Order: sequence, then C-alpha cells, then structure tokens
Amino acid sequence: MSTVDYYIEQLNTIQAAKQDSPLAPVRKSALDTFTNMGFPTSRNEEWKYTRIGSIFKKEFRLQNEDITSFNQSSIDAVRLPGHENANELVFVNGRYSEEFSKIISEEIVVTSLEAAASGEYADIVNTHFNSSSKYLKDGINALNAAYAQGVFIYVPKAKAVANPVYIYNIVDAVADAVCALPRCLVYVSEAAEVSFVETYATLGASESITNQVTEIVVAENANVSYCKIQNDNSNASQVSTTHIHQVGKSYAETVTISLDGGIVRNNLNIVMGAAHSEAHMYGLYFQNGESHIDNHTIVDNVMPHCQSNELYKGILNDRSTGVFNGRIYVRQDAQKTNAFQSNKNILLGENATVNTQPQLEIFADDVKCSHGCTVGSLDEEGIFYLQSRGIPKEVAMSLLLQGFALDILEKIKIEHIRTYVQELIAARLTTQI
Amino acid sequence: MEEKYSDIEQAILSEYKYGFVTDIEADEAPKGLDENTIRFISAKKNEPEWMLQYRLKAYHQWLKMEEPSWANVKYDPIDYQDIIYYSAPKQKKKLNSLDEIDPELRRTFEKLGISLDEQKRLSGVAVDAVIDSVSIATTFKAQLAEQGIIFCSMSEAIQEHPDLIKKYLGSVVPVTDNYFAALNAAVFSDGSFVYIPKGVRCPMELSTYFRINAENTGQFERTLIVADEHSYVSYLEGCTAPMRDENQLHAAVVELVAHDHAEIKYSTVQNWYPGDKDGKGGIYNFVTKRGICQGSHSKISWTQVETGSSITWKYPSVILKGDYSVGEFYSVAVTNNHQQADTGTKMQHIGKHTRSRIVSKGISAGFSNNSYRGLVHMSKNAANARNYSQCDSLLIGDKCGAHTFPYIEAKNNTSVVEHEATTSKVGEDQIFYCNQRGIDTETAVALIINGFAKEVMNQLPMEFAIEAQKLLAISLEGSVG
Amino acid sequence: MLRIENLQAGIEEKQILKGINLDIKPGEVHAIMGPNGSGKSTLASVLAGRQDYEVTGGSVTFEGKDLLELSPEERAGEGVFLSFQYPVEIPGLSTTNFIKTAVNEVRKYRGQEQLDAVSFLKLMKEKMVLMEMDQAMLSRSLNEGFSGGEKKRNEIFQMAMLQPKLAILDETDSGLDIDAIRIVANGVNKLRNENNAVLVITHYQRLLDYLVPDFVHVLYKGRIVKSGTKELALELEKKGYDFIKNEIGVEEDV
Repeated sequence: MSTVDYYIEQLNTIQAAKQDSPLAPVRKSALDTFTNMGFPTSRNEEWKYTRIGSIFKKEFRLQNEDITSFNQSSIDAVRLPGHENANELVFVNGRYSEEFSKIISEEIVVTSLEAAASGEYADIVNTHFNSSSKYLKDGINALNAAYAQGVFIYVPKAKAVANPVYIYNIVDAVADAVCALPRCLVYVSEAAEVSFVETYATLGASESITNQVTEIVVAENANVSYCKIQNDNSNASQVSTTHIHQVGKSYAETVTISLDGGIVRNNLNIVMGAAHSEAHMYGLYFQNGESHIDNHTIVDNVMPHCQSNELYKGILNDRSTGVFNGRIYVRQDAQKTNAFQSNKNILLGENATVNTQPQLEIFADDVKCSHGCTVGSLDEEGIFYLQSRGIPKEVAMSLLLQGFALDILEKIKIEHIRTYVQELIAARLTTQI
Repeated sequence: MEEKYSDIEQAILSEYKYGFVTDIEADEAPKGLDENTIRFISAKKNEPEWMLQYRLKAYHQWLKMEEPSWANVKYDPIDYQDIIYYSAPKQKKKLNSLDEIDPELRRTFEKLGISLDEQKRLSGVAVDAVIDSVSIATTFKAQLAEQGIIFCSMSEAIQEHPDLIKKYLGSVVPVTDNYFAALNAAVFSDGSFVYIPKGVRCPMELSTYFRINAENTGQFERTLIVADEHSYVSYLEGCTAPMRDENQLHAAVVELVAHDHAEIKYSTVQNWYPGDKDGKGGIYNFVTKRGICQGSHSKISWTQVETGSSITWKYPSVILKGDYSVGEFYSVAVTNNHQQADTGTKMQHIGKHTRSRIVSKGISAGFSNNSYRGLVHMSKNAANARNYSQCDSLLIGDKCGAHTFPYIEAKNNTSVVEHEATTSKVGEDQIFYCNQRGIDTETAVALIINGFAKEVMNQLPMEFAIEAQKLLAISLEGSVG
Repeated sequence: MLRIENLQAGIEEKQILKGINLDIKPGEVHAIMGPNGSGKSTLASVLAGRQDYEVTGGSVTFEGKDLLELSPEERAGEGVFLSFQYPVEIPGLSTTNFIKTAVNEVRKYRGQEQLDAVSFLKLMKEKMVLMEMDQAMLSRSLNEGFSGGEKKRNEIFQMAMLQPKLAILDETDSGLDIDAIRIVANGVNKLRNENNAVLVITHYQRLLDYLVPDFVHVLYKGRIVKSGTKELALELEKKGYDFIKNEIGVEEDV
C-alpha cells in the first residue's frame, strides 16, 4: 500500500497547483478512485494474467516540471519513417512538448486539454473526456486521469487530413525511474478523415512505466485509422489505452503491433454508439525473451446494424507470455449486429505461454456473432512441404511465420510504417528463429 | 413474424409437470447448521468415527471459506441457517426386499416414470432412487454383484466398503476445493457408489434418480464412481423437485475415477423445478462434478441436458492425468423465463497425448441468462495434447442474454487448442422453409432447436434421449414470441 | 538411380512397410498399386523423409547416397520430388515467393548460382507455357483456396521448376476428374527424359492410361507381392485386388 500513498502524494502536489482548472473536479474524482482501488491484483478478473502491481511496487517519479535534459538529437533517434510528411506530437515523461512537436496540417487544431476545457471546445471536453473510465474501472485508468496533462486534437468538419499524425510517447529514464502518464483527447468531426500512428520509446536504462490514454471521438461519416507500434526496451513497461467512441455512423480501423517491451498491456475499446458504424481491429504480437503482452479489447455494440471485425495474431518465442482477452457486447437495441473475432497463436518457444479469453455477451437475438481462437505450434505438415521442395527448416519456419503475420501487416495503411514494421519482423525472423 | 409467434404463445402454457408434492412422513434434522447437525447426520447413519471426522474437518474448512461470486448469476443471499440439512422419508428400519417400500414412495417414483419394480423396469437399467436426503432403493443389485460390480447407496458403501470409500472419497474433489463442495462434504446425506472391477464391462446402464420432496430442505448428495483397469460403465442421473415458492438448495458432489483403459460415461438430465414464470421459487443447483483420468488410455465423458433449476452453477470437469487419456463434455443448457445458468467445463491436460472435446449448446429464452464458462489448460508436460471446443448459443427473443467465457491457458508448444463459438437466432428463412413444406411454426422451432442440440443429444443413451428431447420442447414452450 | 532394399517402416509402433525391394533406373516409369492401407503413401512419405515415420530396417540408396540419412530438404536438393496427395495450404505465403525460395535453395545445395529476379521470372514464364499455368494462380497464397485440380497442377508446375531426377507422384489422380488427370499426366510426360525417373503411386489404373509405366508393382500389406508390366495394371482393374489375395494366398488378418 505504501507505493499507492507515494503516488497519491505526488498527485496531490500536482493537483494543488491547478485548483482552478476546469478539469480539476475530474482529476480529483479520479484521484479518489485511485485512492480507493489502488493497483489491481491478479484477483481482479481483468488483470488475472498480468501482474501490473508488481511493476508499481517500485516508486516511479511523476513528471511535474518542464523537461530540460532533452534535446533535438534525442527525438531524432526515435522518429518513425515518413516523419518528414507527418504531424508529430511529442510527449516526454507524460508531458506534451510543444518545442519538439510539429504540426504541418493547417486544418487540425492541437491545444492543451487545459485550454480546450475552458475555450470553444469546452462542450466536447466535458462530454467526452475520461469516458474510457466507464469501461476501465480500475486504479490504473484513474491514475492517468488524476494527472491529465495531455492535449486535445480537433479535426474540423469535412477535412481529410492528408498528413498522418505521429504521436511519440517518450520516457527519459536516463537519470531515474519514471512513470509517464500521457493523454490525448481527439475529436474527429463530421466527414473528416485522419490517421494516427502512436509509438513509444524509452531513453536510458532505468525502469519506466508508461500509462497512456488516448480517447478518440468519431462523428458522423468520419473515418479514423489508428496504428500503435510497441517496440521498446525490456525495462520499459506500459499500459496503453485506446478508447474509440463512434458517436455518429462512422468507420474506425486499428492496427496494434507489439514487438518488444517489459510488461505491455493494451486496452482497446470501441464503442459503437451509432447505427451502421463499422470497426476493424487488427493486432500482431511477436514476443521473445521474458516479455509479456496482454491485449484486452472491448467492442460494445450499443446501436443496431453495426459491423465489427477483429483479428489478433500472436507469435510467442522463448519464455514470453501472451494474453488475449476480447469481449464483444451486443446490447438489447443492437439488433442486426455482425461481430466477428478471432485470435490465433503460435507457441514457438518451449517455455512460452498463451492465455486467451474470447468472450461474447449478447442481449439481442437477431445478431450474427462468432469468435474463435487457436493455439498451436507451427504447422509441421507445412514445414515438411517446404522442406520437401529443398527449403531448409529455418527458412521454412521463417516463411511460414511471415505468411502468418502478413494479413495483419497488410492492414497498416501508411506505406512507410508498413515497410518499417515488415523489416523489423523480417529481421527478427532471420536473427532469432 | 411477431403475430405468428404470439399465436403459439397463447396456444401453449408451459407447466412443470413434476411439480407435485407427495405426502410422506419425514424424519428431519432441526433447521440450521453447526457441529451438532453434523453429529446428528452422522449418528443417524450410524457412521464410523473416521467419517464423522471427515465431515467435521470439511465443516471447519467451510466456515473459513467465502461463497463464490464470480459466476454470471444473481440471487439473494442464502441463509444457511434456514435450511434443513437432513430429511428422510420414514419407513421401516430395514427392508428385506424392494417390495417392502412404502407404497406412497413407490407411487411417487411411478408418477415420475420410474419403476422400482425390477420386472417392470426397462431392461438394462439399474436404478438407485434418492429422495430428499437418502437412498430408498437400489434395483438389480444382486445381478450386478455376480460380476463383482458394487452399486449401492453411499450410506451402505460407508458401512460395507470402507476401504474403497476411504481411498477414493474426496480424492478428486477435496473438501478444500470450493465453498459448495466443502458444505457437501460436511453434510452430505446419501448418494450412489459404483465400483466396476478390473476388466468388467457393466452390462446395464446404472442410474440414480434424485427427488427433493420435503419443504425447506437442502439436498446434498454425493456420488462416487470408480472404474478399475479396462472396465466400462455408463451412468445416468435424473432429478426433479416439487413446485414451491421458496428457493431450495441443491449442492451435490460427483467424483469419477478412471484407471488404465477404463471408460466412464456420465449422463445427466437435470430437470429440477426452475421456478415460475416470474422467477419465483426453484432450485439453486450448485454442483461440483469432476472426474480424473488416472490411468493411461482412460476416458471420461460428461453429457448433460440442463433444463431445470432457477440457478445452475456447474462445471463437470476432467483431469487428464494419464497419457493418452480422453475427456469429453457435451452440454445442452436451456434457460427460459428468469432462469440463470452458468455452466461449462474444465479440461486440465496433464498427461501426454491427452485429448479433449467440448461441445456446448446454449439456448436462452424469456428473461433468462445463459453463460458458458470453460477452461482448457495445457500444462507444461502435456506434450501433443489436443483440445477442440465448440460453443454455440441460440437466442429466442430480445430480453434474454447469451454469454461465452472461455479461458484457454497453454504452456506447451506441442499442444493444439481450438475454440469456436457462434451466436445466432432461429432464422426466419429456416422457419419459412419449414412453413412452406407444411410444418407449423411451433413444430418448426422445435425441429430447428433439436437440430441445434443434436450433436449433444446423440451422446445420450437411448432411454434418456427421448425424455431429453421432450424436455427441450417443454422447457421452451411459450417462449417463442 | 534408386535402390530400395528390404525397407521396413512404421508409425507409432505400428509396422506398415514390411520389407520393400525396388530398383528404379533413369528413364523408367514405375507404378505402385495397391488397395487402401497397403502402405503406398507410407512409402512415398518415407522416401521424402516425413518425420512421423520411423524406419526400422533396410536401406534406400539414391545415386549411391544413403537417402535415409538426409533431411527432407537435402533429399530435394539431391533431386527427389514428392507430389503430395494433399498439398499443404499456406496462407500469406505467395506461390511465386515460395517457388523462388525453393529454386534458389536447391541451386545453393547443388552449388549453382542463385537466380536473380529476371532470370527466375524468365524460367517461370517458360515453364508456365509448358505446363499451361495461369499467372493468377501464382500470385495467390500457396494452395489456399485452390481447387483439387489446381493444387495438383501446382505440384507438377513445381516439379517443372525444380527439375528433379526422381519424381514420386502420390495419388496425384485422387479427387480429379478425367480432364484434370489428362492435364496433369501430360505435364509429367513433357518433363520426362532419359535421365529422370517417375514413381507413380495410385489406387486406380486410369492415370496409367496417360502416364504409361514400364513396370507395375502391387503393394499389399507392406510388401510388393507381384511385379509385372503395364498389363498387370489392366488385369488388376478388371479383376480387382481380390484376385491378388487369392493368387498369392496371403493369410487374412484377424
């Protein structure tokens, strides 16, 4: 319990300085939730297989001052391909850095949450800020909301943003262990179109934890594509939450690629709050060493005639652990819902583990829902087939794994990013299989 | 569609046909549970000291435990001091033959379609009849004994076969296993015991018929089946209860042990009183069923048709310890009105080359909630183990819920697990197709549902299959609309 | 070229091949026929090196080398090709990429230079014409969603690309209609020459109408019980396998 008190103390100090902020009541209430709940234990069904409490035993510092140790070369080292033509938002230790960010698309508005909550976007912020907490009732989500120093991104009506938005969550753990709590609220207005790439990087060898929340509101006829790339070092753990709320008939697509890191937990929620909406969720995790990846997804079908499709694939090598928990809700009014979900895992390592829980909770009768999951090793017959054509076993395995990953990688819309991820995976296949 | 359905709704009024109460004088323990209750039960049954100690140990364990809350069911708290833990129909102390059974009791079972008269009984089924807390008759005992098969009440087994009971009772479901299992171990009053000796193929179906009759009682029976090497047995279980406004608790424990090359097939048609249309009354069915495939090449197969009870909490499981052993779980669970079912299975793969198969069909209607909850665990040593699970749900109406909660844990990279689940409704095009061929909507729905459940129904022994099919239709009467 | 001597093999303690002897010389076509369960496909699997099978006795020499010592890919490099009865579907792996990898690995094994993209495409075009292959098929995932006939044509196309010395056709005719059989058989005939050999494994005679064997062997209960010329196949077709059982008087298993 002592570490919980340690975080409460830090948050009290941070909140005290912002008593007049319109966000203060939400922050305060989140702090109360965090105080009551603390960190989830494995007795909490949602955290059964991911012992996040063990990470938070350590006292991580929350950033409360401006960052000074950071410079341009630090950011250059972690930039993603295609950044020349991308908008770049940089968070360092959970705080938005205007200095290192660059907005090249004139149509989008990026401002601090603080400012947005009191200006012309106040209604949007009041309505949508922290709506993820309705789905994620735990101390981890509350911890982020209690800090809430993030940005608000506004995409105006009918604007198709040609340049993607890259979001970098950087932790400077050179000097000490840091807990970063970055946060974004995105509003994509009617008939607007935008794509995001979110990624994570930790500098230095100290332990770090990033507990990030991105909430995206999608209005009528809007189109959002969101890609998350996780390839951090093994001292860097994270809880990464993406909460998409389709308030109008709209289209959303996500791709989550998880390669390296310590304990990585992703929460992806899609709330289909408008009839005839469509959502696609894709994920690929390829773990080795001792790494731990946990993907929790929720699709909440609130309104009728929605379609959702989810495919997550995993390759677990060495002693790594993969967790998948996918939940589909179909509410009483959500008649004519089509919801599909699939999770496929390959256990490569003799000591690798997979725990998968695809779940359906259906309260409407005229729906088509299905889920499926598989766990197995690489298809022996496939390997033999390739071998019988003269291809050595290692190459055969690598080809089969590339084939396995392909239908996820294909879904990455931005070509630079797709090629980049493909190369990361190909490199891993040649060096580590 | 709406109108066509409502005709049927009016045409059929579902009623629980086993809801009668028989007026039988009963010998009861006072309400409530403490050490004295346990000593009372043990003394009533003239049990040896070791059995009393076993019960007391379980009772003290139970006191330390908490009632589980993770299942997807909701009910008012149970007052464990407001239950009668022992009730036995009064009858002559010792029966010399089955003919001496109280005629009222005999008539009760005849009303349920179960004859205790060996001559009248369908050939090939031996019956152990349990009413409230005790076994009142076991048929065909002598014939079975000729082959060395023991089929008797648990009370008798404790007296006559103490070594077997000491060895196996609690060996699969230990008293510490869960809240309801601990309670059962403390207060169980009777049940059936079966032992099939080495190399024997049991020549007839063995069957237990459970009946709760008395008011305010809980039923806590205990069943133990041991199949020695290279033996085979098929066991059936049926159950009914009177219609009463208050809820009654049923917390049974079933343990199965299969040695090398042995096979146990366990079928249940569960038809406890489900409560009335408004969800009043009905049985709380909190049951722990588990088998262990102890030996190599052994096999345990659970088949269940669950139509009754207001709440069902039940996960017949298999521990696949022996190499090449096989576990199966076939289930049809129907919930209507305000029933709640949280049922499924656990397949624990420990041995190499072990295989399991899960087929679960859930049908929800009315305001009911039907959940599948299943665990497939591949341990580190379960090389080349396989599992296949198929969980399908069918919803009738938009006030009910269907839930699927599979847990898959794989720690072995040579094992293969496959899980599939679908949710659908009875298709309008399917009904129309039947209509067009001259089949009315009600029959069409029955046909479609029977088709949906067929894979499971096929696993039932013939005598039960027909009863189960009728039950499905009756359970869903009035639900289409 | 291939010499099988007293080959015994089985799967999971079950003995299937109980002493096979067979000699195949360059330019020859041998057919192995036999009822279901006689061990035909086991023989094909053992020759290609499938792991599930255990060789318990005897030897297989291919061009003087002990074939049984080699891994499946080394056997392919040596020039042994198995046309699978059930070609494996591999989602996400394009047929072209697969064949290119195979061709270059086999060339590497043989000490030949790697083919660059241009020469590979040229070779592929050439063989596509020869085999009457459709370009569209090659850009699809390997065997995924292929019809039975397409899968078998793809097998023979791979054979054309890899140019093996010994081609083993395991029930290549199963599941094919007569037109598809003719196309496949013609493909194989085009690839035949005096330096290579074909071992056809089949249940029925009909494939042999198009792919005429020099020798026919009848496999029964793990042994070759009768050998002859192509007439033997016709006789089998007419009289059924019972006539072999009667003729050789093998005892029935209980």
